[in-house]
Amino acid sequence: MVDAIEVTVNGLGVRVAVGTTAAAAVISAGAACRRSLMGESRAPLCGMGVCFECRATVDGVQHTRTCQVVCRNGMVITTDAA
Amino acid sequence: MPREERCRILIVGAGPAGIAAAWAAAETVDSVVVLDDNPAPGGQIWRGEENRWTARLRGCGAHVWNGTQAIAVLDGGSLLAARDGEPLVFRFERLIIATGARELFLPFPGWTMPGVTGAGGLQALVHGGLPIAGKRIVVAGSGPLLLAVAAHLAKRGAIIQAIAEQVPLRNLVRFAAQLWRVPGKLAQALDLQWTLRGVPHLKEAWPLAAHGDDRLKEVTLRTRTGVRRFACDYLACGFGLIPNTELAALAGCDLRGGFVEVDEWQQTTARDVLCSGEPTGIGGVDRSVVEGRIAGYVAAGRRNVAEKLFGERRRVHAFSAALARCFALRDELRHLADDETIVCRCEDVKLKNAVEYRSARAARLHGRCGMGACQGRICGPALQFMLDWADPSGRARPPLFPATMTTLAAVVEEESTHV
Repeated sequence: MVDAIEVTVNGLGVRVAVGTTAAAAVISAGAACRRSLMGESRAPLCGMGVCFECRATVDGVQHTRTCQVVCRNGMVITTDAA
Repeated sequence: MPREERCRILIVGAGPAGIAAAWAAAETVDSVVVLDDNPAPGGQIWRGEENRWTARLRGCGAHVWNGTQAIAVLDGGSLLAARDGEPLVFRFERLIIATGARELFLPFPGWTMPGVTGAGGLQALVHGGLPIAGKRIVVAGSGPLLLAVAAHLAKRGAIIQAIAEQVPLRNLVRFAAQLWRVPGKLAQALDLQWTLRGVPHLKEAWPLAAHGDDRLKEVTLRTRTGVRRFACDYLACGFGLIPNTELAALAGCDLRGGFVEVDEWQQTTARDVLCSGEPTGIGGVDRSVVEGRIAGYVAAGRRNVAEKLFGERRRVHAFSAALARCFALRDELRHLADDETIVCRCEDVKLKNAVEYRSARAARLHGRCGMGACQGRICGPALQFMLDWADPSGRARPPLFPATMTTLAAVVEEESTHV
């Protein structure tokens, strides 16, 4: 992959193209994002920062909307729903 | 004290309307600031794209704040925003609201499952680097966005299993018949048809349920020839666009029929607050650009220049009217959810619990419906359509987005110093 960077999703290294959002990295890693109150896995819905379904912990910051964050090399993303 | 930025014209939203407004205003005003929630300018339609307008924004001298959320409108011409959880106060003389639109999502069994996304939602994720080649996709819902999304995904190697549009063929024909009025639209439509040749384009069809365990595997669609099941990796589903009017309502602008009321100068009913693009009426990129330019010129005090664009605006408004007429939602869509379907995704409120209330307000106060992180932006419009609840959009409250305590403290501080 040209201009690829590496991020970590739930402990696994994922190579993504420069400009990839954290949400896209999470889906590429086969993971979901948050767990709902009743325990359902949730993944990005709106893709534009409105629905808050794509929340995960990004570099230690909880409840980050992953669709609005662009991956940086070495970014660590942890989701509640695997 | 939070960091403070002063400007003559503040624009919220860096989509087509905000960019056009900034470009027009910055011709004669040297202190124009644009703030936007997304990581890069362009809004949803130009997300991450280089084009004439994004280049104009870069070159016009306006100062752009990306990754910045508008949180509250404060007294005395200022707006509280947040970036990376830190508060920022923007003081302005004129405010232009260009907050765009979001998709309308309607609940049906299985719609909360990973793999079910918005139509524009999946497109945005793919713009954001999601690999889509070889994935099987059903595109469903309503509106011209469906074909645009399907074509976009197909060009990137996705396998489009079906496109399900809820309106009958006659509506699509009527819509296509007036495309010649808008330059470029007809060619665009033909290009989409060519890209999607061979893809089943079902009319009077809509999703009944999404199936899978923890991840989408199949979708059942209601079609004219009966219920059909499609295997897929994604269901990209959106029922048209609804305006983001929360900031305008908070700024004191009156809404009419769910849209921000503006006069011919794009001036709202709130003093020194202008609005352009989708919040004033759904009409796509052409409407947003022309209204953005008008607002930019008017805010800069150049009504004589703005006036020259009135003819163009009249033409795009005709397109808006056709859009609303041809893609009106059918009644059956109000009943897709069953008792056990979650309607408020943030708080996991099921339909059977939401129906106990008679208004969005009661459901919020007593049932936690719409009390979660999205603040009712997803379930509010859906339940308004499904249950005939009164339009809650005129009653926005700060904070407009979930904010950190540091940011919220800045509101209190600001208000106590400006009594």
